[in-house]
Amino acid sequence: MKFHGAALDDNSAHQEHPSYLRHHFNSVEQQADASSFAMWLFLLTEVMFFGGLFTAYLIYRNWYYPAFVSGSHQLNVVWGATNTVVLIFSSFTMAMGVWCAETRRRRGLVLSLTLTFILGLVFLGIKTIEYSEKIEKHHVPGFHYSLQSFVDPQSDPEVYAEYHDKPLVPDMARHTELYFSLYFLMTGMHALHMIIGIGILSFMILRARAGAYTSGHVTFVENFGLYWHFVDIIWIYLFALLYLISRHQ
Amino acid sequence: MSEPNEHAHHIVGPGVYLVILFCLLMGTALTVWASYVDLGVWNPVIALAIATTKAVLVVLFFMHVKYSTKLTKLTIVAGIFMFLVLISMTLTDYISRAWGSW
Amino acid sequence: MSDTIVSLPDQATARIPKDNYITRENGLLSWLLTSDHKRIAILYLISITFFFFIGGALAGLIRLELLTPQADLMATDTYNKVFTMHGVIMIFFFLVPSVPATLGNFFIPMMIGAKDLALPKINLLSWYLYMTGGLLALYTMAVGGVDTGWTFTTPLSTHYVNTNVLTTGLAVFIAGFSSILTGLNFIVTIHKMRAPGLTWFRLPLFIWSNYAASILMVLGTPVLAIAIVLIALERTIGIGVFDPTKGGDPLLFQHLFWFYSHPAVYIMILPGMGVISEVISNFSRKRVFGYTAVAFSSVAIAVFGFFVWAHHMFIMGISNYAVLVFSLLSMLVAVPSAIKIFNWSLTLYKGSITFETPLLYAFGFMGLFTIGGMTGVFLGSSGTDIHLTETYFIVAHFHFVMVGGMLMAFLSGIHFWWPKMTGRMYPEKISQLAAVVTFIGFVLTFFPQFILGMLGMPRRYASYPPEFQILNVFSTAGATILGVGYLLPVLYLIWSLRYGAIAGNNPWQATGLEWQTQSPPLTENFAEVPVMDHEAYDYEWLEKQQLAQKETEAPRAG
Repeated sequence: MKFHGAALDDNSAHQEHPSYLRHHFNSVEQQADASSFAMWLFLLTEVMFFGGLFTAYLIYRNWYYPAFVSGSHQLNVVWGATNTVVLIFSSFTMAMGVWCAETRRRRGLVLSLTLTFILGLVFLGIKTIEYSEKIEKHHVPGFHYSLQSFVDPQSDPEVYAEYHDKPLVPDMARHTELYFSLYFLMTGMHALHMIIGIGILSFMILRARAGAYTSGHVTFVENFGLYWHFVDIIWIYLFALLYLISRHQ
Repeated sequence: MSEPNEHAHHIVGPGVYLVILFCLLMGTALTVWASYVDLGVWNPVIALAIATTKAVLVVLFFMHVKYSTKLTKLTIVAGIFMFLVLISMTLTDYISRAWGSW
Repeated sequence: MSDTIVSLPDQATARIPKDNYITRENGLLSWLLTSDHKRIAILYLISITFFFFIGGALAGLIRLELLTPQADLMATDTYNKVFTMHGVIMIFFFLVPSVPATLGNFFIPMMIGAKDLALPKINLLSWYLYMTGGLLALYTMAVGGVDTGWTFTTPLSTHYVNTNVLTTGLAVFIAGFSSILTGLNFIVTIHKMRAPGLTWFRLPLFIWSNYAASILMVLGTPVLAIAIVLIALERTIGIGVFDPTKGGDPLLFQHLFWFYSHPAVYIMILPGMGVISEVISNFSRKRVFGYTAVAFSSVAIAVFGFFVWAHHMFIMGISNYAVLVFSLLSMLVAVPSAIKIFNWSLTLYKGSITFETPLLYAFGFMGLFTIGGMTGVFLGSSGTDIHLTETYFIVAHFHFVMVGGMLMAFLSGIHFWWPKMTGRMYPEKISQLAAVVTFIGFVLTFFPQFILGMLGMPRRYASYPPEFQILNVFSTAGATILGVGYLLPVLYLIWSLRYGAIAGNNPWQATGLEWQTQSPPLTENFAEVPVMDHEAYDYEWLEKQQLAQKETEAPRAG
């Protein structure tokens, strides 16, 4: 076994390297590579974390399908689809941000990150509107949850006009609470991840304005982009599973 | 020896991103429309298929996986595989409960 | 043929190297804010030892109560809290981090020729998360503990107890993140930071084992996290996911819980198996037999480990068809572990064996883990499991694999790498005595429990039929001896820090990269970047090295 190359703490061998190269790495490529791989592994843990919720959802949707259909009709497809479009655009602006960082376009990067930030806030704003609707209608599990819209659909004229749901027997109507538990759990967990993302974005916008990401060191933006796209993908599935269970019945 | 790096090489440009954006928006419209059509047992299948297609596009192009190393691709496959194991093997219990005791 | 392979420098002239990772910086803050993986490993070593003795004290209380058939030492509610906290602390705050966070943190970078792990600050964060979880667990004990069993089974934990489920759940949740970050760090490091020439199949098997365990940590622990979140919400808000009155299924919790907790047992044992590979090779002066098989079996254990979790649920009400599937798969998962035992045995065969303490612990591991593993197969077979589950047979089974197996492997590793971490040798005679005492104490404590289980004594009960008393008395007697066996190393290892012989670079004449540098190591590990040009466990290469060194030294002496 040979020991080669420069001694590790010999000053003469302390060649020029960017200030952002951490000393336990041999090169900028190795550092960027390792941090990107680390972010992917972190996203794997997120997949498994949400996985538990998806498992619960699949089981109970299978068991209580009519309740899930009725519950799903309580969600506004327009808001949900709008939010999906908002997030898709935000993924686009985020990807553009990465491109700007890679091609050293400082102003483009700041614009992209700011747009992503705003779109994220729009998403949360719409979610707030939806959540407050649920609160008004007493569809929040554990907080005076009301079965009325389900045992007597005609008491809810807006939804009834669209779907003409048949009344559920009280036993099945009770299980709509499970639907809403999963709705709040899954969208809530997703929203929490959005909030964290938006928080990091605000920090990034400040740093981007100072040129931190447009001088060759793009890993932070890239890795955050991976996180942001992941959160978008989760929503793509949540929209399909929670909002679109069956709009034709 | 460390594996070769990836992203120094391929920069994905706005053109690709615009195409993907368009595809994702079309997919959204399609999946909303499909949920209003009665396709029986195929409704959830189609919804999930469209969602998965959208997800794959985001992963491959927005997340640059198409231009990434084998290690990245393998990592993603491992994660998806484990996610599917969690769901499907748990479901072996729930689905077969209704089959009765032997 | 000598009776020891220990080769120490001349004690009259040998000194601990002045510049090493311990002396490089001074002061408490330099330890608490360090990003040096070796210092973080020492922080972990001190903290897990602390939690081990807390868990051990709780075990002592359990065995004291079980001396008599009546529940006379403590109220049954209290007894429930004692065994619950014993399990929580031993599993999450001792066994899971034991080898990875101490020996793994210290030696993975050194074994691959790197200066540190890929994410040193995340490594420090792991330790702070561990301490936060641990202190929260202690706080929980102080305010009345929790009595659901470490398994938090629903609906007991969500609807029927008034104890501190939430704080314990939070402690475990936080410790889980510590574990995830450690595993993530290891995977990135092993993939991306190996020295030039160090291909996957030249890696020490310790690396392979920790790599496999890290995969389990990263993919399994998040499911435990979501299970705990769901319990918390069920308890506080009543969302209904585990509540039959709202249409929920309590078994869903168990599916999510055991999806992590079964791979968790492999998280616990795999790093120990890595230690055993290193120790057995070194003390028989032979390559590990069937390197590739051992490497792949580590990964196979990790992968198959994810497919068998419902064997913890055979009697809980899952469908018979699921029982069938999981029972069959559980038979499969035993195979890679057996392959390792075969290969270690064949490594020993015709090797030049010397009986230093690490090897004594390794022998203990091989015998006790084999028994524990075989009884695991009995339990994997659903027919026998129906009779043996929830009895002391299970308790004996998992203590054989975890204590007889994992803890012995941990002690083996601590003794093996002690000279490298501290620069000092531990005292050999007393350590050999401690190893034997531990073995005797262990067998006396836990073997009777197999019999108790077969005879029908249920687990988690403070009282039992009087005819079981004699076996329980044996078990408690053994536990006392075991306690002595565990106390001794703490005492003589601390003693050795001041009075132990100076170890030099390579007292064991081992082949790993970590042994080719000073003891204790420099902060940056190596003075120059190493290049690997030989296979793992290459004792011929080592001989050539030592000859070459003698030749360069001889002219000077002459």
